[in-house]
Amino acid sequence: MGELFSQYNVLGAFGITIVLTVLSALGALVIGTVVAIMRVSPVGFLNKLGALYVNLVRNTPLTLIIVFCNIGFIVNLGMSVSDDFARNNLVWATIGLAFYHAAFVCEALRSGVNTVPAGQAEAARSIGLTFGQSLREVLLPQAFRGAITPLGNTLIALTKNTTVATAIGVAEVAGLMKTMQEDRPDLMVPIFLVVAIGFVILTLPIGLVTTHLSQKLAVKR
Amino acid sequence: MTEARDPAHTPAAREPMVVITGLNKHFGELHVLRDINLTIGKGEVVVVLGPSGSGKSTLCRTINRLEPFETGSITIDGVPLPDEGKSLAQLRADVGMVFQSFNLFAHKTILENITLGPMKVRKKSKAEAEKDAMALLERVGVTAQANKYPAQLSGGQQQRVAIARALAMRPKVMLFDEPTSALDPEMVNEVLEVMTELAQSGMTMIVITHEMGFARRAANRVVFMADGQIVETGTPDTFFSNPTSHRAQDFLGKILSH
Repeated sequence: MGELFSQYNVLGAFGITIVLTVLSALGALVIGTVVAIMRVSPVGFLNKLGALYVNLVRNTPLTLIIVFCNIGFIVNLGMSVSDDFARNNLVWATIGLAFYHAAFVCEALRSGVNTVPAGQAEAARSIGLTFGQSLREVLLPQAFRGAITPLGNTLIALTKNTTVATAIGVAEVAGLMKTMQEDRPDLMVPIFLVVAIGFVILTLPIGLVTTHLSQKLAVKR
Repeated sequence: MTEARDPAHTPAAREPMVVITGLNKHFGELHVLRDINLTIGKGEVVVVLGPSGSGKSTLCRTINRLEPFETGSITIDGVPLPDEGKSLAQLRADVGMVFQSFNLFAHKTILENITLGPMKVRKKSKAEAEKDAMALLERVGVTAQANKYPAQLSGGQQQRVAIARALAMRPKVMLFDEPTSALDPEMVNEVLEVMTELAQSGMTMIVITHEMGFARRAANRVVFMADGQIVETGTPDTFFSNPTSHRAQDFLGKILSH
C-alpha cells in the first residue's frame, strides 16, 4: 500500500476532493438559502420559480449537469474563467456541484422552517419587523438549527458526489483511482481500500459533528 | 393618568384610537366577522367576551392585520391600515400584541427578545434598548431571568415578558388575545396584575379574555360577541348585572354558575 502513496499523489488528489467539497458546499449553502427564501416568501411568482428550480435540478442526473458545465459553458459558450485547463474545469465543476446541491439545501432548510411554529413569525411581524427582518432575525436562525441533520446529510452526499467531476477531467480521487487501476491491476484491493477509507475519514466526522451540533444548538421550546 | 378608569367616562367623550367600520371577513364559506362597527377611545380598556368561535380572536388579529379582511376599514390613531409592506410594519410597531401562546423568540434570551424590536424597528442603540428593557422587566417582575431562554421560564413569567416585549415598542394600543388561557391556574393572577396596572396607567387596551374578575375590575366597556357579530356592549356593571340580549344572558348563565 505504501507503493501507491510513493508512486501516486494520493494526498494531492484527496486535497482536490476537499477543495471541491468545501467550495461547492459554500456555494450550495448560499444558493440554497436564496431558493429557500423564494419558496417561503409570500410572493407567488417567487414560490413557483423556487419550486421549478428545485424540481428541475433535483431530478437531473448530476453527471449530466457536470458534463453540461464543460461542453455547454466552456466549449460551446466559451465561458472560460481561466486559461489553465485544469483550473477551468475545477471552477466549472464547483459551480455545477453547488447549483445541484443547492436544491437539496433548499429542501433541508424548508424542513427546518417547518420546525418553527407559526406564532414565531406572527410575533416578529407584530413588533413591526419587515418580512426580511423576520426572516433574518427569527425564522432562519431557528430554521438552520432545525435543519442541521438534513444539511449534514446533504454535505456527506456532496462529498462523495465530487467524484463525478472526474467526468470532465478534474484531478480528484476518482480520477486518480482510475489511473491507478489501469497502471497497477495487481494492487486492485489496496487501491479500493485507500479510496474507501479516505472517504470514510472525510465523511464520518461530518455525521458525528452534525449530530452533536443538532443536539447542542436545538431550540428549546 | 390614573383617573382614566372612570366608567362614567363615555367612549364618545374620548378621542378615538381604533375605529372599525363595516368589517367583514370569511374563512372560506364561514362568515366569521359580520359587519363589525366599533370605536375604541384613547386610554379606554375594552374587554371582548363571547363563546368560542364567536370571532373575537379573529377581530383582535385583524386590528394589526395578522388576519386580512375583505370589506370595511380599520384606522389606528387616524391612520387606515395599509396593505402588506413597510408601512404596515411601521403601523404594527405602534400596536402591541400579546398572544395566548406567548410566542417569545425561542432562540433569543429574555433581554434579546425585548431589545430586538426597539433596535431593529425603532433604531435605538443597544445600550439604550437594554436600559429600557431592564426597566420594563423590573415593571413586570422578571429581572432575575434576563439572560435565560424562554423555555427556562414558567408560563406566567413568559407571558409577563411578552407584555414587556410589546411595551418596549411604546405602542399606542395593546391587543391581548386570551393572554391567560394557556396558563396554569396559579399563574393567571400574576399576569392579570400586570395587565390591571397597565390599564391604570392609561394604556388603550383591547382584551379578549374569559376572566370576568379582570373585566369587572379594569374594563371601561365590555363588548359581547356571538356568531361573528357584536351583540351587546356596555359598562361592566350594567353588562354583568343586567345583560339585555338573550345570547349574553345565556353565556353569563353558563360561565357564572360554576
